[in-house]
Amino acid sequence: MTSVLTNLFDGVAYGMLLFVLACGLAVTLGLMNFVNLAHGAFAMAGGYVCAVLVNRAGWPFFAALPLAFIASAAIGAVLERLLYRHLYARSHLDQVLFSIGLVFMSVAAVDYIMGSSRVFIQLPQALEGQFDVFGVGIGRYRLMIVVICGMLTLALQWVLARTRFGSRLRAAVDDPRVASGLGINVPQVFAFTFAFGCGLAGLGGALSAEILGLDPYFPLKFMIYFLIVVTVGGSSSITGPFLASLLLGIGDVAGKYYVPKMGPFVIYTIMIVILIWRPNGLFGRTAAR
Amino acid sequence: MTVALETTGLEKHFGGLRVTRDLSLRIAQGARHALIGPNGAGKTTVINLLTGVLKPDAGRILLEGRDITDLPVHRRVLRGLSRTFQINQLYADLTPLETIGLAVSERLGRGGDWWRGMGTRGDVNAEIADNLSRFHLLDVMNQPTATLAYGKQRLLEIAVAIACKPRVLLLDEPAAGVPENERRDILSAVASLPRDVTVLLIEHDMDLVFSFADRISVLVNGGLLVEGAPQDVARDPQVKAVYLGEAADA
Amino acid sequence: MSAVTTQPDVSSQAIAHARWRAGEVAFWIAVLACGFLFPSRYLIMTDIVRLGLFALSLDLILGYAGIVSLGHAAFFGVGAYCAGLLALHGIITEPVIALVAAGLAAMVLGFLTSFLVIRGVDLTRLMVTLGIALLLEALAERFSDITGGTDGLQGIEIAPILGRFEFDMFGRTGFFYALAVTFLLFLLARRIVHSPFGLSLRAIKNNPLRAAAIGIPVNRRLVAVYTLAAFYAGIAGALFTQTTALASLDVFSFERSADLLLVLIIGGTGYLYGGLIGAVIFRMLQEVFSTLTPQYWQFWIGLVLVVIVLIGRQRLHRWVLWAPNLLIAQFGGRREAVAVPESDAP
Repeated sequence: MTSVLTNLFDGVAYGMLLFVLACGLAVTLGLMNFVNLAHGAFAMAGGYVCAVLVNRAGWPFFAALPLAFIASAAIGAVLERLLYRHLYARSHLDQVLFSIGLVFMSVAAVDYIMGSSRVFIQLPQALEGQFDVFGVGIGRYRLMIVVICGMLTLALQWVLARTRFGSRLRAAVDDPRVASGLGINVPQVFAFTFAFGCGLAGLGGALSAEILGLDPYFPLKFMIYFLIVVTVGGSSSITGPFLASLLLGIGDVAGKYYVPKMGPFVIYTIMIVILIWRPNGLFGRTAAR
Repeated sequence: MTVALETTGLEKHFGGLRVTRDLSLRIAQGARHALIGPNGAGKTTVINLLTGVLKPDAGRILLEGRDITDLPVHRRVLRGLSRTFQINQLYADLTPLETIGLAVSERLGRGGDWWRGMGTRGDVNAEIADNLSRFHLLDVMNQPTATLAYGKQRLLEIAVAIACKPRVLLLDEPAAGVPENERRDILSAVASLPRDVTVLLIEHDMDLVFSFADRISVLVNGGLLVEGAPQDVARDPQVKAVYLGEAADA
Repeated sequence: MSAVTTQPDVSSQAIAHARWRAGEVAFWIAVLACGFLFPSRYLIMTDIVRLGLFALSLDLILGYAGIVSLGHAAFFGVGAYCAGLLALHGIITEPVIALVAAGLAAMVLGFLTSFLVIRGVDLTRLMVTLGIALLLEALAERFSDITGGTDGLQGIEIAPILGRFEFDMFGRTGFFYALAVTFLLFLLARRIVHSPFGLSLRAIKNNPLRAAAIGIPVNRRLVAVYTLAAFYAGIAGALFTQTTALASLDVFSFERSADLLLVLIIGGTGYLYGGLIGAVIFRMLQEVFSTLTPQYWQFWIGLVLVVIVLIGRQRLHRWVLWAPNLLIAQFGGRREAVAVPESDAP
């Protein structure tokens, strides 16, 4: 029984990490109908920034995390203004090609600069090992992830529901044309949101170095996970991707533990089953945007 | 009276919005039936329900006595139900010839033919030629649809629907947006439709409605308000109220 | 029926378009000639031909039916492993029969997965196609006792074609074999594309709503073309294994699927020759980039992708193909081909 709870906890931690990583992509898609397969590259950037700061410059881990966010957000903001902006009206094929191109470039560049082996971030003592709660092993690092990601999720939800920016964002996601007709500066909302989403991805990337592994191929390895979260969870809310991430995280951990021979296939099975059942995702809207 | 097209208790909701309420229509064989109503009454939704683009939440649809409620869109077409779209839905890169050619091939059951080249079947060619000449599209038949004048595109929209040799034809505002000088072609094309084809027409242009229709249904807020012969409908006080905006919760 | 003499001529354009153009004939003759002119380059020419066939298979679904696939390598890989296993275990030794068998295996997979791919929107398709390819790659790794894992199948030996033509060290037999197969499949594809079926695919791509409204069974057609494309891709994969005696995990790789998209984008979609022309240019680019930075040439490939998209495929084609435009008109035989082969429908 305790192993079930441990696995559940690990799955939740994994899921929440996936959510932080992928929610920027969900908003990008929901807001601008832009398929950004290069989302993982921003995550990778944040991860490497954190790694360099902690491993080489001696920064404390918790000080480097915000910088991971900021670095990725900055890169995102610059790229949005220079490149992405010109492609919003293009076909999905063009967007896919463009973002794949960015992925290839980022993978090769990071490989060249940082080498191709996996990067480990030196963790502070406090995060190593695990607590024992009634026989259930709660990893400290994973607990931190749950706490940080949980707080982020609540903060996002609060911003969306309670702030003016949040309501502008929700309006713009719901119907960009009407929103801009109401005076909402949709491009500005989007630029900010895109940068924020990249920042979140960067933070997620830094956090995931320990759990998912950080190497130059990160954007390629986890592209499918992000796609599944966004497709299954839909792009018109926060709760959809959140639940989808949890489902994916728990399913993946449970699969690898209980059916180790077929572990990696659990997520593909989940993906196929959900698609057969609900072609537009569990929470997605039926209208094709 | 043989009924060509019939709905019983048709319902459609979008979230909390009840777009089609308990709609029961009976359209006689060979009729020239018009569906009118203020904007937002749900007229196009009715067409979408009839053709299968939307699935109803309740009710049945019968085409010549046979239940088609569960049939997919293309099966209904093959059963003889055809439509035009309010906003032209044509193939931007295909020519009128190819567009009509496709419709005819499908109808003759040759649409899946992957071996014989296009244009090698005499029966298909004859029908295409006939259709194109009837709708004055011969002169533009080899130009991509996207390059045609709007009026020609509208004619093509109707021509395609006719090329399916329907038993029942649904016209969604055929003259909408057409410039004055090209309207005549549209109107005469509509008027010259064979008498054995049943036509359901959605229109805002009252002149067209009253000159064309022998029966009118008035749709308000998704429900049927009044139905009858044109003169009766024109005189009906409820209809006047709806169109002239006097407060009336239908 | 009205008198035949007064019936307007509706068939001549279509028939004329389907006729072989001088440029097309010249193209194939030139390709064949390369086989005799460059006897030291068989290996790379075979590579280009195989890539061209693979790209042709993607063109069928991307250029004609509008399905964007991130995982077309799935079918390539199935074909490759099938051909490899058939040869390795001596189940079917005659290469041509094995080729067809491998193609059929890929076709079955294509048929089964087509139902997932035609549902939902662009995003779902991207995810499904990518997922299937990744799934197969993971399966191939999991069952490494059958597939040889990362090292791949070892010791494949391909018997002589039709019992007569042995595969030689220089790749000569391989080249003409691949060329023959590709040409035959091309002929078939050309036939299909000019038929009512092919036209209905273009209609579906242009406006699926209207297509259904004239009675086209949209899903059925998409399933059919997806299955066909899978068959072609499987054959391309089988050719790969048969001409190189290799089959390892990278036959399923995402890079393969992505590079394929680039090939088609370079060459143009929707007129069948885009894959072949794109394959030539892509391989040349790859050569250039590999000499530039041997390990990181994917960077330049990515850059090319980004640049092409930013400039715009149509504008780029207009500039680059300004002179060869006339040639394109010869190959494609479509009115629009003089401008740009494909349309950019969102």
